[in-house]
Amino acid sequence: MKIGKHTIVFENTPVIISTGSAVGPKEKGGPLSKYFDTSVEDVYFGEKTFEKAESKFMAEAIDLAIKKAELDIHKIDYMFAGDLLNQCISSGYTARNLGISFFGLYGACSTFAEANILAASFVNAGYAYNSIASASSHFCASERQFRMPLEQGTQLTPTSQWTVTGSGATLIAKADENNKKIYPHISMATPGKVIDLGIKDIANMGAAMMPAAFDTIITHFEDTNRTPDYYDLIITGDLGILGSKLLKEQLKNYGYNIDNNHIDCGVKIFDTNAQDTAMGGSGCGCSASVFCGYIYPMLKEKKINRVLFIATGALMSPVSLGQGESIPGVAHAVVIEN
Amino acid sequence: MDYTKIGMNKKEYTEYVESKADKSSILKNCIIAFIIGGLICIVGQIITDIALNYGLDKKTAGTISSISLIFIGALLTALKLYQPLGKFAGAGSIVPITGFSNSIVSPAIEYKSEGLILGIGANMFKVAGPVLVYGIGSSVILGLIYYIFNIFM
Repeated sequence: MKIGKHTIVFENTPVIISTGSAVGPKEKGGPLSKYFDTSVEDVYFGEKTFEKAESKFMAEAIDLAIKKAELDIHKIDYMFAGDLLNQCISSGYTARNLGISFFGLYGACSTFAEANILAASFVNAGYAYNSIASASSHFCASERQFRMPLEQGTQLTPTSQWTVTGSGATLIAKADENNKKIYPHISMATPGKVIDLGIKDIANMGAAMMPAAFDTIITHFEDTNRTPDYYDLIITGDLGILGSKLLKEQLKNYGYNIDNNHIDCGVKIFDTNAQDTAMGGSGCGCSASVFCGYIYPMLKEKKINRVLFIATGALMSPVSLGQGESIPGVAHAVVIEN
Repeated sequence: MDYTKIGMNKKEYTEYVESKADKSSILKNCIIAFIIGGLICIVGQIITDIALNYGLDKKTAGTISSISLIFIGALLTALKLYQPLGKFAGAGSIVPITGFSNSIVSPAIEYKSEGLILGIGANMFKVAGPVLVYGIGSSVILGLIYYIFNIFM
């Protein structure tokens, strides 16, 4: 059911029955280390290339989610997944080995929210009993696609962010009398518009994506007549330190105060002073791994009960930037409740 | 773009972001670049002096110094040491010839996974390419000007 301008209410309350998360060495050394299911020391994850490693991170996250749910893989109807690499190869190559009907998505770092909205929609509508939503990113694979070679000796711009190496996957199932009581469900979603306020600096993605997050959050509150205190946590994907600061400031100007319950996955995943990650983490794998590893268990244990999760993405490419285009942002919001 | 509620146009937003963002410390970066860049040049001078000491002429000694520095830059890149150096020194390690070497070796390492021809071969000059094109191009133009100038003088 649609309410307001852009918000979907999932009246059949699809439940998230399990999650899986897998991350690389830098994330393993970060403050959320103990929350991830799998964390490895090797950026190659035993593979020959970074791209293959990224696929393996996603495969690992999906495998973990399916195993934890004690579900046969043939019971999974669809898989919605995306990543940052050209033609979404990490997701496509992961799906190659799974035998699940596959929808490849690109929403840059907002992909994980996008995947969850679509997976929940399919389950809510009765088109699927079980769906997987997943997203991944890899620092080394992204650097070579979007920026400079890894071994090139350049300095980190203070406003830049560090692409997370890792992946997360949620398993979304049809709600029934039993699982409804145990698992958190996806109750609403507010898909966002693409918004561009003219930022051209690829080393300042938080600022480029902030207006999209701002717009989606306000649309969500207006559509639902809710206020920020309805939620235990308002989680943004990867706005980073600067983007989060700007978002809070602008929302306050607009009349919404999220100072007490806002966290950003990119800020949480690294200790920027010790790990030298400038404004924090970014990438599809950032919000995916933090949601699956850190947020979902809190929901399941009912430590928190209402979460507004907004993953933000920057929809540029090296080609568009080379042609002088600015960076458009998009943000999708998902509500997960007990 | 009137459908966003943020109440700022592109120019206002860019200015707003700039007023809030941390800036690179120019003074600190300049001092570090001066020191590290200077040290790299001292290494070059030492190599030149050693070569001169062995009785080579000035031009050959300079060439030996350049080749040695390029080798050191490439070696440090392969040993994954040039990246941390560059992160600290900034322009101090980009501008000298070792930085040039780093900019060729780093994509070569990176694109090894796509094979010798379309990987390393096609991408090795990805970073240094513009420098070569415009460096060689401008020296050709200057050479022509010099040549024509000499004819008439």
